[in-house]
Amino acid sequence: MSDTSTRFDRLPATDAERTVEQRATRAEVLDWFDDRFGIEPSVFEEHTFWERGAGKIWAFYGDMDSPVDIEGLGMTVLRTRQEHWKPTLEAVQRFGDHATRNTIALSREQATAFMAGDDQTLAWDGDWGYLIVTHELAGEQEPLGVGLYTYDELQSVVPKGRRREL
Amino acid sequence: MSVLERYEPLIDDVEAFSAACERPLPAAVRVNTIKTTIERAQAALAEADIPAEQTDWNPGLFILPDTSAGGNWPYVHGWLHGQEEVSAIPARVVDPQPGEAVWDCCAAPGSKTTQLAALMDDTGRLVATDNNMGRVSALRSNAERLGVTNLAITIEDSRNHSLKPFGGEEYDRTLVDVPCSCEGTIRKNPDVLEEWSYEHVEGTAGVQKGILKRAVQATREGGTVVYSTCTFAPEENEAVLDHVHDAESCQMVDFDLELDSRPGVTEWQDERFDESVTKAKRIYPHLNDTGGFFCAKLEVTG
Repeated sequence: MSDTSTRFDRLPATDAERTVEQRATRAEVLDWFDDRFGIEPSVFEEHTFWERGAGKIWAFYGDMDSPVDIEGLGMTVLRTRQEHWKPTLEAVQRFGDHATRNTIALSREQATAFMAGDDQTLAWDGDWGYLIVTHELAGEQEPLGVGLYTYDELQSVVPKGRRREL
Repeated sequence: MSVLERYEPLIDDVEAFSAACERPLPAAVRVNTIKTTIERAQAALAEADIPAEQTDWNPGLFILPDTSAGGNWPYVHGWLHGQEEVSAIPARVVDPQPGEAVWDCCAAPGSKTTQLAALMDDTGRLVATDNNMGRVSALRSNAERLGVTNLAITIEDSRNHSLKPFGGEEYDRTLVDVPCSCEGTIRKNPDVLEEWSYEHVEGTAGVQKGILKRAVQATREGGTVVYSTCTFAPEENEAVLDHVHDAESCQMVDFDLELDSRPGVTEWQDERFDESVTKAKRIYPHLNDTGGFFCAKLEVTG
């Protein structure tokens, strides 16, 4: 299955219901958001998760009969079928305010570099891997996107189409 | 005769109309309440030193006299969407409620679709259809940027829209914001009149009738269908309503709009239209210093 497929398959609830070997389960997706960011499963209570192509997971409010041949179903939230699952910028902006860990708050200047797609040297005491990047907007920390932290460096993984010189 | 001159018999103050059509339109943004509140978006614009004037009729809409819509912090957070004032009318007339089933049958690039989603609190089910793959990409990108999750997107001719993937369930409300001759966008796209032709008006009107008919059929009895265009042409407005009023089980209904407007017209050239088309609203650029627009609300009766 390629990324141009329009077939969406609902994720099986658990391992026991899995029919496609590498497909993530709903339970794994919920656990991943909880383990990695402290986003509780209840946040996604009303959403179903769907795979289109190999590994791209979409979150859709409500449900449909599976599989369904359609151009879009909610929003892409996660890339699976790789060693380190990667959340999308859009998922982080939409659901990231529920996160309680692995979020890194940037200054305005650092956030500007991040949105331009620049990597930067930063101190971070927590886990390496994908972090939710926040900065202060209108008086509160607001989720902005996804960064990849390794070896004292925060890589901006803002997709090219979302980068901005601010 | 220029294109706009053909509409002069419909307009009470031709001079003001012509002058307004010449003035460029400032940028406007709608606050995306899926991701933030009007108050916080306003605060973020102030923080960025971007002058923003809240419109009187829609508190979630701001005119930006000095700048474009994108390229600022609230925009990159998906708090704002560039959308001109009149474009924000029809979704409010549809007035979708959280939990409902809603169809946007000419959806791309998604300004009105994402506004519908926000009015539904991103719950229920919103189906967005368009027949153009490239424009659907723009729709998907806008919907994701604004955090919409209640949206299912189909590529098809809306005249043949199938309810099958959705369990055959009819919609509570449908927005029919059809492709049109677009003279109403002249303040944004001064070139729009160069592409105008009467043959195009006639061809487009046929498509518009087909789409509105399918929309009425796909909406439940008692449900709402809103028809809108950005053209002044009665052929694409009242004539379409008149045709569908006769062909399908539906009736025009009154609606409130806090913008100055004129009623739909019952006569145009040699044509006469059903009296109920006067419940539709014509918005001319000089009335509220906006773009031009046409909007009608229908109730499905069978």
